[in-house]
Amino acid sequence: MSKKSTRILIVDDEEIIRESLSGWLGKDGYTIGTAPDGATALKLMEESPWSILLVDLKMPGIDGLEVLKRVKERWPDTAVLIMTAYATVDTAVNAMKAGAFDYVVKPFDPEEVSLVVEKIVAQQALVRENVILRKALKKEYRFHDLVTKSPALLATLELAKTAARSPSTVLVLGESGTGKELLARAIHAESPRNGKPFVAMSCAALTETLLESELFGYEKGAFTGANGRREGKFEAASGGTLFLDEIGDISPKLQLDLLRVLEERRVTRVGGTDSVPVDVRIIAATNRDLRRAVEEGRFRQDLFYRLNVITITLLPLRERKEDIPLLVDRILEQLSSELKRQVERVSPEAMAVLLAHSWPGNVRELRNVLERAMVVSDVPVLEARHLGLSLQEGSSAAMPEHPASLEEIERQYIASVLKQTSGNVTHAARILDIDRVTLYAKIRKYGLKRAEDGEFEPATPAR
Amino acid sequence: MSEVLLLWIGQKDPGPGLLEGVHRSVAREYERPVRLSRSPDSPEDAFDARRGQHSSSRILAWLRERHEGADRVLGVTDVDLFIPILTFVFGEAQLSGRAAVVSTARLGDTPLIPGEGARIALRLQKEAVHELGHTYGLLHCADARCAMARSPSLRHVDAKTPALCRACRARTRELSENGDPHEQEEHANPDRR
Repeated sequence: MSKKSTRILIVDDEEIIRESLSGWLGKDGYTIGTAPDGATALKLMEESPWSILLVDLKMPGIDGLEVLKRVKERWPDTAVLIMTAYATVDTAVNAMKAGAFDYVVKPFDPEEVSLVVEKIVAQQALVRENVILRKALKKEYRFHDLVTKSPALLATLELAKTAARSPSTVLVLGESGTGKELLARAIHAESPRNGKPFVAMSCAALTETLLESELFGYEKGAFTGANGRREGKFEAASGGTLFLDEIGDISPKLQLDLLRVLEERRVTRVGGTDSVPVDVRIIAATNRDLRRAVEEGRFRQDLFYRLNVITITLLPLRERKEDIPLLVDRILEQLSSELKRQVERVSPEAMAVLLAHSWPGNVRELRNVLERAMVVSDVPVLEARHLGLSLQEGSSAAMPEHPASLEEIERQYIASVLKQTSGNVTHAARILDIDRVTLYAKIRKYGLKRAEDGEFEPATPAR
Repeated sequence: MSEVLLLWIGQKDPGPGLLEGVHRSVAREYERPVRLSRSPDSPEDAFDARRGQHSSSRILAWLRERHEGADRVLGVTDVDLFIPILTFVFGEAQLSGRAAVVSTARLGDTPLIPGEGARIALRLQKEAVHELGHTYGLLHCADARCAMARSPSLRHVDAKTPALCRACRARTRELSENGDPHEQEEHANPDRR
């Protein structure tokens, strides 16, 4: 900000003081004005407020203290510096009480006044900067349901926006809960295909044969129970977008089938002989390291190349923590409407806890934590205690309130991870770093049952 | 004629080399001829008995009448200077005016200390370049090493050099070539050398 825009008004009944001070401060490049009395000063303030007022304490008519009071009432952002020929403790105390920035004794020590004025200018710049930052804080980048202020994610979303316009296959990488499906939906909505269906399919949820018939459809009599012909997801998505989630989990046979479809743009229904043409844009997603899977021979290289035309990687939440306040706002807004309960915000302490958490389950986990907090509380501002998160994140094995057995801790932890992943066993297994079979075994062992909403919850422990 | 008149108006003898140093610095920084002269009289009415100091503003008014045809006049003195609002000043100049004054009075504590004379001489050169800069329309510079940096204390004087930073030098040329000096904008981040 230019010094010229810092406007300093000198208010003193002595002309020589006004002249000497305006000449001296003018050489700093400030815009200087002068007023011989309080009334003129107030009139000049009315016309256009000044950022700094240097006001003589003793003036005929409205004295300095009165000018100070009236200015602070109407223009609290204006800094008033009181000048006095005789400083007494009383005048100083009165001036400071009335809101003076400081007071200086005439004649001034040049360094003292320079420092005071510099301090005021710096402080006012900070206030302005704060206002600008607050405005910037509100400024967010939106790509449909994805919001961010993180420069890295912003670049990713820009790429997605560009990719949306092309017909190319998109591969979305990212940990579970980072919003891969949201991004796929956004790409579809932004693409020329947005008038046609968006069909999502999780490849991890089903067995190989079931997945095959789901994807490609089947002919009547293709297998026991195939009572009629059914079209698959490829056909259902005709003209639109097919989102294949957890593509890294599909079997070698399906990898080959999928490769064929991508190459030939035709599908053959299970049990059928003729292939039908399909016009589908594929968006595939995975939280696995596909490249490594290729190197280790678990994923076909040719399919990987087919899918890996445009790759978009979504950052985990822990790497874009600056988005947490924004996401909290957005999620609370959504949840307030969904749960029909008005929650305005989280307390600063609660925000500190949210910012400290490492979010292995990413945005989905954040949403779950907030939803839980809204359910257990009935206040408009969520407090840290409602979140059920420990502030000492990192000392991961926080001591529970009541010491429990290792098994009990494991049971509770698995239940909480399953809750975070909305009951998705594959995701939970990944977070827990155990294979799915082991996790299923533990779910059975601990009697974790699926609740009505599809999520697992711990069965009431025997007492 | 774009000449600078350098006028000694002090009460004592300036001492060897003092004015020559100012002469050199001013001529180098402003690329103008500098004429060294000694005034036969001095601004007597500038003394303020109540403050026991000399009013720099009254000295400036006095200097304006003694330019001897030069377009800038720089008075150098050894008396303690003040402006009404400040306890003292190292010097004063009219912004985009004709006259400037600098004093050695506050530039050293004890002139008897060996080497103090040279220190005062260097500080004087800095303040002379500074005050003369104001007459050419230069404002205070944010570069603490530039001669145009504000110097409310000796610490600030010592932090700077007797030279203009690149931006102030360019600005001086610009102002002397065409500009209305009152339209000058300060530069916030001048080139540091």
